[in-house]
Amino acid sequence: MSKHATAEIGLFEPAILKTAVKQAALKLNPRGLARNPVIFATALVSVLATILTIREGLAGGPTFAIGLQITLWLWFTVLFANFAEAVAEGRGKARADTFRATRSRGRAKLLLDPANRALWENKEVELLEPGDVILVEAGELIPTDGEVIEGVASVNESAITGESAPVIREAGGDRSSVTGGTTLASDWLVIRVTTKPGETFLDRMIAMVEGAKRQKTPNEIALDILLAALTLVFLLVVVTLPFFASWSGTTIPVIYLIALFVTLIPTTIGGLLSAIGIAGMDRLVKANVIAKSGRAVEAAGDIDVLLLDKTGTITFGNRMADAFEPVPDVTERELAEAAWLASLADETPEGKSIVELAVRKFGFSPPSIRDGLVFVPFTAQTRMSGVDLESGGVIRKGASDAIRRLVGGPVNGPLETIVRRIASAGGTPLVVARDGRVLGVVYLKDIVKPGIRERFAELRRMGIRTVMITGDNPLTAASIAAEAGVDDFLAEATPEKKLELIRKEQAEGKLVAMCGDGSNDAPALAQADVGVAMNSGTPAAKEAGNLIDLDSDPTKLIEIVLVGKQLLISRGALTTFSIANDVAKYFAILPALFVAAYPGLGALNVMGLGSPESAILSAIIFNALVIIALIPIALRGVAYRPASAASLLTRNLVIYGLGGLVVPFIGIKAIDLAVNALGLA
Amino acid sequence: MQADLLQAGIYALSLLALAVPLGWYMARVFTGGVTFLAPVERVILGAAGDGAEQGWKAYAAALLLFNAAGFALLFAILTFQHRLPLNPQGFDGLSWHLALNTAISFVTNTNWQSYGGETTLSHFSQMAGLTTQNFLSAASGMAVAVAVARGFAARQARHLGNFWTDMTRAILYILLPGAIVLAIAFLALGMPQTLLASVDATTLEGAKQTLALGPVASQVAIKQLGTNGGGFFNVNSAHPFENPTAITNLLSMLAILAIPAAFTFTYGRMVGDRRQGRALFVAMGVLLVAAFVALYAAERFGNPLHLAFADPAAGNMEGKEVRFGVIGSVLWAVTTTAASNGSVNAMHDSLTPLGGLVAMLNIQLGEIIYGGVGVGLTGMLLFVILTVFLAGLMVGRTPEYLGKKIEAREVKLAALTLLVMPIGVLVFGALAIATGTAQTSVQDQGPHGLSELIYAYSSATGNNGSAFAGFTANTPFHNTMLGLAMLLGRFGYILPILAIAGSLAGKTPAAATAGTFPTHGPVFVTLLILTILIVGALTFLPVLALGPIAEHVSVLAGRAF
Repeated sequence: MSKHATAEIGLFEPAILKTAVKQAALKLNPRGLARNPVIFATALVSVLATILTIREGLAGGPTFAIGLQITLWLWFTVLFANFAEAVAEGRGKARADTFRATRSRGRAKLLLDPANRALWENKEVELLEPGDVILVEAGELIPTDGEVIEGVASVNESAITGESAPVIREAGGDRSSVTGGTTLASDWLVIRVTTKPGETFLDRMIAMVEGAKRQKTPNEIALDILLAALTLVFLLVVVTLPFFASWSGTTIPVIYLIALFVTLIPTTIGGLLSAIGIAGMDRLVKANVIAKSGRAVEAAGDIDVLLLDKTGTITFGNRMADAFEPVPDVTERELAEAAWLASLADETPEGKSIVELAVRKFGFSPPSIRDGLVFVPFTAQTRMSGVDLESGGVIRKGASDAIRRLVGGPVNGPLETIVRRIASAGGTPLVVARDGRVLGVVYLKDIVKPGIRERFAELRRMGIRTVMITGDNPLTAASIAAEAGVDDFLAEATPEKKLELIRKEQAEGKLVAMCGDGSNDAPALAQADVGVAMNSGTPAAKEAGNLIDLDSDPTKLIEIVLVGKQLLISRGALTTFSIANDVAKYFAILPALFVAAYPGLGALNVMGLGSPESAILSAIIFNALVIIALIPIALRGVAYRPASAASLLTRNLVIYGLGGLVVPFIGIKAIDLAVNALGLA
Repeated sequence: MQADLLQAGIYALSLLALAVPLGWYMARVFTGGVTFLAPVERVILGAAGDGAEQGWKAYAAALLLFNAAGFALLFAILTFQHRLPLNPQGFDGLSWHLALNTAISFVTNTNWQSYGGETTLSHFSQMAGLTTQNFLSAASGMAVAVAVARGFAARQARHLGNFWTDMTRAILYILLPGAIVLAIAFLALGMPQTLLASVDATTLEGAKQTLALGPVASQVAIKQLGTNGGGFFNVNSAHPFENPTAITNLLSMLAILAIPAAFTFTYGRMVGDRRQGRALFVAMGVLLVAAFVALYAAERFGNPLHLAFADPAAGNMEGKEVRFGVIGSVLWAVTTTAASNGSVNAMHDSLTPLGGLVAMLNIQLGEIIYGGVGVGLTGMLLFVILTVFLAGLMVGRTPEYLGKKIEAREVKLAALTLLVMPIGVLVFGALAIATGTAQTSVQDQGPHGLSELIYAYSSATGNNGSAFAGFTANTPFHNTMLGLAMLLGRFGYILPILAIAGSLAGKTPAAATAGTFPTHGPVFVTLLILTILIVGALTFLPVLALGPIAEHVSVLAGRAF
């Protein structure tokens, strides 16, 4: 569905990894570390451990060898966390570079007088200010975001959207906005600059994927607080432990306490938290969506109600012929042939669809010469179109009242029945008459996009209610709603009604998402919790929405919802995993610390680890390595398939909760075997 | 053993049969549906204020003010009891630190006793001082729970109710009638109720014995009903006058858990979704049964070192009343530590090491296995919020409870309470060791001594009040630190949960969809239980390893402490 602007970036692109290693070291800068309480705490105690180890080394103490190794692994823990973040950022940067390449660095033609296209001077693109009016001609790059004020042209937006077919941009209406970095394929445009330098979509997109201006999202802040509280709890546990140990007549080397502290605090999720966030943004960009804030992405995961425009989203937007319904005494073929003849020169989508249906059903072949046919186009006055045949025949198709006026005479009972039935089913009846005689009705129908019903069912499973917005009358709306499988519909919708509906849903505590492109959508887009503006839409709409879809594909909302959910799930799952890991770490470290005081506590060494030293070392190594091992999950996001919350919870609890309990037992044991085999402790 | 389990079963069923209707009744009381004492209510409330709705800050301020006044009054009574009436034995006033500790203890519903009641306190102190607070501290806890339930249920509201009204109703319609009925039952079953100081009796051997007496039945009734637990006598409900028969034993245990258990149902009704209350009841019940099974197994198995001279079939009878035996003592021990009651009918110091561990852990989990009246429920709700947060993330939605979003503010407040137990138990305990005051107060050294210390500080922070015994708390250091621990354990939970309720009250509840996970289903209940256990275990496993677990492995190796 979405076209990817940039090529897929592999999980372990060597170039990215190389930069990330360097970045990981650079990120030891305390100011950066302080953003992440858990990793900051780890770094602080690593410094402490380093000092202690140096002292121990100078004094020739007995715990120097093991202390040195623990210290190294403590630093590795910090570096691995930095590395995870750096890899995520590196992937973003790689993507940003491709965008950056399309950014215009040259000069723009600044019109001194918007009305006079001949009079312009060069101005540096970086210096363009909102309000400046520029001229762009065929083959030139549009330098910045703006609104077309004069001209019609086709624009190649493939640099941004990946879609190679040019799109039309013209002054006025809903297709007046242009994006910097796209190319004019033909003609010329006079454009009013709408954004300040450095704030164009392209710039925003670059900033977003690079994570440079990444703000923490609300749930991320809440999770940070919980992780900080857990870190504090474990700090108290570890700091008070020497006193309880001294009671028991044993002393614990400080370096072991540090090891215990770092293994207990949630370093796994702490280390991966920002990588998860950056990777989530990256997935969004891959789907060709710009988020104005991370908050909007997270909110997308919470959506309860989705408002979708019928036209273009749920249906193809054009009515299409679905059936020929002749009146009695007329065969379907007769009707079809007349309709076919009348539509041969009709270039409207409806007309084309009639020809298509007739050919499909009866295999009419196009006449070699059309000379004998005189086409009568549709006019607002006659409200019908048709064809005059050489033979003198007259065929007309049109609304039933228009045809009735044409043929005159009494009300045709059977015709009325057909017309009413089609109208009540939500279709449009197109009556066909030949030589003053009504043949029957072409059933024009709003065709629901294939596969859309399944997507709505998917949404329903996720607990999201879909509401179709349409200007149709309630009858038509109801029938299309039923066919498309939406949960509800708003018929005869006006911008005010839309806004009112959003407010009503929000008053019930629901989060509402909608997409729109027109200026009259702007209030509703602003009111909605998640407003997705189409990139093809007006600047007003784009300003009002908090997400912008570069593909202008209204069904994209569904993908955005998935990205939002996956972001949260990844955080929750890895947090659970991280906390569950602590159980095994206790079983590794506690017996190691206390077995000297109470030999019987060796019974807690259920893993049968080689020695107290190797147990502690193995736990800290596991703790560091697990960060690296989970980077792919953090970057890709936890697998998510739409399902009810209860079944999702069960599934993730089993995988990440139970897995988090079991995996470290195996991992620590395996590392311990290696540590002992290598004689490290 | 079958008879034992039958007893436990009878107890569990009676509790359920009692809690459900009581929960319904309490919900009616707090929503103003019970009015038979309306005139009395009006008189009391006329003195207390206008009964206007209060926001969480005003509600909390009223509670703090009221408890502070209660503390000051009790402190004065205890300090000056020798100048006050009803002091037939002529007891002296209490030292400043003992008065401080005791006053905090009874105001916070802990009822930790650093003293022996019958040898320290006058009747006036017992009745006017302690028993009054038994009612008031229990009612304060109930008021908190009611306010929290209102906040959770409210829709864009700023108010949680009126503290004075809730207090008054809790006392008038629940605690007072309950205590009166229970006291009369206890009287009928042989508990003394007199203002006489003591009687002298001549024993069969012809020796003279002084039997301490007093207004026992009335005080015992409210000590159990209000999860207070402060005994009239030093040995608490192991004393034959405080717990004369098997029936009083059963009634007492039922009284301990009745209101805390009923509060889950009250909560369900007040938030308009009875399944939520049931889920909490079940989660607490599972933890209670698990604790019972573990403690029972430990005591039944007994101490292997005793096998040489004790009857193995009897289990561990050390420190137990022969009248109650293992089952009667175990049930009580589980009940009283689960409910932050703190009254005992057996000495927890003499439980097997693992039995003692269970009792200790019950408290250390935060007194949420039914817990104290009112505050047990609210303590559980703090865990619910943390669990909802984790679970919510795992299903990919901003977490919701009762349709309300749990956001940074709620998580911050709930996470803050995770620090209460570690500070009260670990930090204060370590401080006691560092200052050397722990070493001089414990009766035993080694792991058992550590258990005694840890139990004391757990009991204080958990507002339980039961003592492991073997710990001399009546020193300036421990009286003060235990007092601080009690304050921390009381208000360190109450204030955050009230703030959360205030914050949730202002939110709009959203209707549940397939995307919100149900907080009343088995998956959530399981996750809730696991969260509680993991948080408790991760915090206390190291110190428990050095205390009861070390003692256990030493006993197995043939070494007792």
